[in-house]
This record gives sequence, C-alpha cells and structure tokens, in this order.
Amino acid sequence: MVVHQLSDQEVDRIFRALADATRRDIFGRVIRNCLSVSTLASDYEMSFAGVQKHVSVLERASLVTKEPHGREQIVHGNLSTLRHAAALLEAFEEIWIGRASRIAEILDEKGSA
Amino acid sequence: MMSVVSSVTDPKALTLTVVAQFAASPERVWAVWEDPRQLERWWGPPTYPATFTRHDFEVGGESRYYMTGPETDAPLHGWWRMSVIDEPRRLEFANGIAGDDGEPLPGVDPMAAHVTIEAFDGGTRMTTESTFVDVAQMEKMLAMGMAEGMTQAVDQIEKLLS
Repeated sequence: MVVHQLSDQEVDRIFRALADATRRDIFGRVIRNCLSVSTLASDYEMSFAGVQKHVSVLERASLVTKEPHGREQIVHGNLSTLRHAAALLEAFEEIWIGRASRIAEILDEKGSA
Repeated sequence: MMSVVSSVTDPKALTLTVVAQFAASPERVWAVWEDPRQLERWWGPPTYPATFTRHDFEVGGESRYYMTGPETDAPLHGWWRMSVIDEPRRLEFANGIAGDDGEPLPGVDPMAAHVTIEAFDGGTRMTTESTFVDVAQMEKMLAMGMAEGMTQAVDQIEKLLS
C-alpha cells in the first residue's frame, strides 16, 4: 500500500473504509484484478451509484485509484509491487491447494490404484 | 487422502511452491498428469472445469485447453508446452494464455511449472513450483483460474495493511 508513515487521520480513513463488508470485498477483488465500476456493480445487489459510493470511500482512504478508460472507470488496488505480488501468489496458492485436493479425490476412487 | 505438507510464496522471486502428499504410488500420481481425461477433472475448479482438446505428453509437445465458467461467457483458453518429461519423477512445462482461437497469444509470457513426484512414506510427495514473470502476467494468468483465487482475498487484507 503506502511506504511512508501514516497519519492518524489516514489510518482512521482506512479502518472506516474497511469496516464495511462490501468495501472489503471490492478491495480484495481489485488487488487481484483491475475492474471497471460497472463490472463491480453487476456483482453486487445494489445500485451502480451504491457501488460507486463504496469505491469513493476506498479512494479517499487511498486504498484504490480510479482511472477513466473510455466511458468506463477502472478501479485499481493501491499496493506496493511486492505486496501486490504476495497477494497474487496467495491466490495461486489457493488454486494449487484446490488442485491437490481434487487429485486426492481422484486417487481415492475405488479401483483407481 | 491428501495433505498439503507445505506451501511457500516468495514475492521477490515471484515463485510459489506447494508440496502435497498422496496415499498412492508415484506412477498413479503421474497418470493424473498424463491422462487428459483425468487431468481435466482436477485442473480447473468445479465451477470452471477445464477441457483438454490436445495433450501431446512428450518433450516439446503442446496442450490446448479451455475453461468454461458458470455464466454464458466465452470460454477461457490456455496452453502448455512440455520441456521435461521424466516419468514418473519430473515434469516441466510452460503454461500460457491462448486467444479465442485456442492458440497461444503472442506477447504474453507463459508461467513456468516444475513438478516433482517422489515416493515418500509409503505414498507419494508431489511438489509443484510455479514461477512468474511479473505482476501484470500474474494478473492475466489469475483471470484463468479466478473462481478459486478470489475467495481468500478478504482474509488477506489485514496482512496487507500491517
């Protein structure tokens, strides 16, 4: 996220931004992949304006950045490259753990050995 | 029966190593990689199953597969290229993103996968090491396996901010 020391006010904004489950979900998703506001909006049971409001709160806490792309607004997670890489690797870790458990299921089937 | 023995991520080297142990012989574990019908039962998550339309399991051989999501979205295409096949011990391949025609997309680097399979404690230990090029590539690759990769995101937030 940020390299410099955070002020109390900044920390306050971050905690308030992440106190909401939808905002945590949005933040968690845009760390892995930049997403447009309309893509995000289609995944939540709330209005486009409602999602946009959540994104603005995250933006004020410097957790995300919004960038115009044609008629779309693309939302990026704000993380240092290293933390970003760590978050992505953890996602791949989950994929491989899922794969290993599915392999085990196949191996456990009767007559498989 | 399976247990993931260890899992190590190295964000500086952009590598991930996952070690799992199975109650089966190395030859049996090798078969889940070699046989495309078994491979497609575990490569993709249940919500995003993979179908391998080609699986030339030999050095220099290539695979083509696609993953179909729960929605009506167009399937996601991927490919492998095998560089090491040492049955039943070692397998190395590149895994990349393909276009809608199923062929490798130019200009998008593949990730490298190294798999080691060894007899251990009456069963088999399988180590998979994934190496990536950069964050942008990881994001693109992740879109291929998104269904699984997303769920943990929220739990990681505190760690990211600490």
